[in-house]
Amino acid sequence: MKKIEIITRPYKTEDVKQALTAIGVKGMTAGEVKGFGRQRGHKEIYRGAEYQVDFVPKVKIEVVVSDEMAPKVVKAAREAALTGEVGDGKIFIIPVDDVVRIRTGETGDDAI
Amino acid sequence: MIQAGDTAFVMISAALVLLMTPGLALFYGGMVRRKNVLGTIMQSFVMISLVSIEWVYLGYSMCFGPDAGGGFIGTLAWSGLAGVGAAPNPDYAPTIPHAVFMIYQCMFAVITPALITGAFAERVRFSSFVVFSLLWTVLVYNPVCHWVWGNGGWLKEMGVMDFAGGLVVHLTCGAAALASVMIIGSRRDHGRRQFFPHDLPMTLLGTGLLWFGWFGFNAGSALAADGVAGSAFVATHLGGMAGMAMWTVMEWLYQGKPTTLGAASGAVAGLATITPAAGFVGPNAAVVIGLAAGLCCYWAVVLKSKLHFDDSLDVVGIHGLGGLLGTLMAGLFASKQVNPAGADGLFFGNPAQLGIQALGIAIVGAYAFIVSYAILKAVNATMGLRLTPDQEGVGLDVAEHNEAAYGE
Repeated sequence: MKKIEIITRPYKTEDVKQALTAIGVKGMTAGEVKGFGRQRGHKEIYRGAEYQVDFVPKVKIEVVVSDEMAPKVVKAAREAALTGEVGDGKIFIIPVDDVVRIRTGETGDDAI
Repeated sequence: MIQAGDTAFVMISAALVLLMTPGLALFYGGMVRRKNVLGTIMQSFVMISLVSIEWVYLGYSMCFGPDAGGGFIGTLAWSGLAGVGAAPNPDYAPTIPHAVFMIYQCMFAVITPALITGAFAERVRFSSFVVFSLLWTVLVYNPVCHWVWGNGGWLKEMGVMDFAGGLVVHLTCGAAALASVMIIGSRRDHGRRQFFPHDLPMTLLGTGLLWFGWFGFNAGSALAADGVAGSAFVATHLGGMAGMAMWTVMEWLYQGKPTTLGAASGAVAGLATITPAAGFVGPNAAVVIGLAAGLCCYWAVVLKSKLHFDDSLDVVGIHGLGGLLGTLMAGLFASKQVNPAGADGLFFGNPAQLGIQALGIAIVGAYAFIVSYAILKAVNATMGLRLTPDQEGVGLDVAEHNEAAYGE
């Protein structure tokens, strides 16, 4: 099993979500995050004083899928999130030891 | 002959109407997402400055100055407030200084373009918005205001009744709102996900300030502290009350639970709808008008959702429809017993008034829609109205103003 973490532009969230559900992903966790990579942050100005804000708002979508689904998820997510501009984000693929569904106690692929 | 009481009342009313614009800013600001709250507030707030400047040099004279012929527009004879001083103007308000009448009317011109902003919330560039608003004020508000309220205005001469702005304020902004959504389009992801209000208490505070200010808007339109002002004050309160009650009941019946946003929306619908009739109708008519507002505006907003039309904060369904409905109902319920300077409506033996009101609605609605559409097209072609997808994603606050509303 793999955990796929997709860091994307906030306005791409819906596109990524729809691309993943279209290929059969059943569930996901999403949240607003802030961070920075190569994309510069933005300025904020209060009463004439300028502040550089390094952290850029992004959305992180996390899905856990079987090994054979993982490349499809990565491909679909990348296609949906791609604009070609700096700041498109990152996709991390992380091995997962096991999954437990709390309600039933199922483990592994059955619990996804 | 200046009367101290009238002067004091209209000056206080002017201050009340000014407060409606920040009130509107909070009403709208609470309904948008947190990343757009400052940009949304700014769109209303900046009108206080922009339109007031325009008012001094163009607006007041175009609206209320000497008629240029045919009742279509005022000349610029009063530009820079030439001759607008302490002496009363007998044509408009014989018992208060002319300057007080001018500044009172300024507040109406300020809030009208601010009302439009609810339709295209969360997606428009600030620079393009400022240019649009200035052009709109000059080309839509000023002519319509002259037609309906100006001395020699052609709709006024025809007998069209609009006590405090059902046509001049609410219908013009509703028509512009309709045109703006058609040209600008929906927010990104509209129809694919929900956009939730980020701060409903802010919206409710704004509603309270609007209601408070509305007494100045409607009762102040009597331009004297007299019986008409008193009955307009009462009618205003009853209209808002009935609008809130009806919307709340409808929501409870059809959606299972009454909501605060529904109560606020109903109040504003009732207040907008009573506006053109406020100084012409008795208290029971005001209740009926408010109930009709709650009913019709509720269904208009439901219909909007079904049509996937992204008038984000319901300017068409609440203000446009409210202004239209109230102007029409003034033609039913107006009575000379309430206001001898007004006219009788259909229920008081004068069916012709209803036709005159309908004609006024058709003319003002069509003019405001066509000219707003043309201005929006022109601004879009030259400057572009929309933010880029990335800017829209980041939100108006940071993208357009380099500010964030809520810190760490």
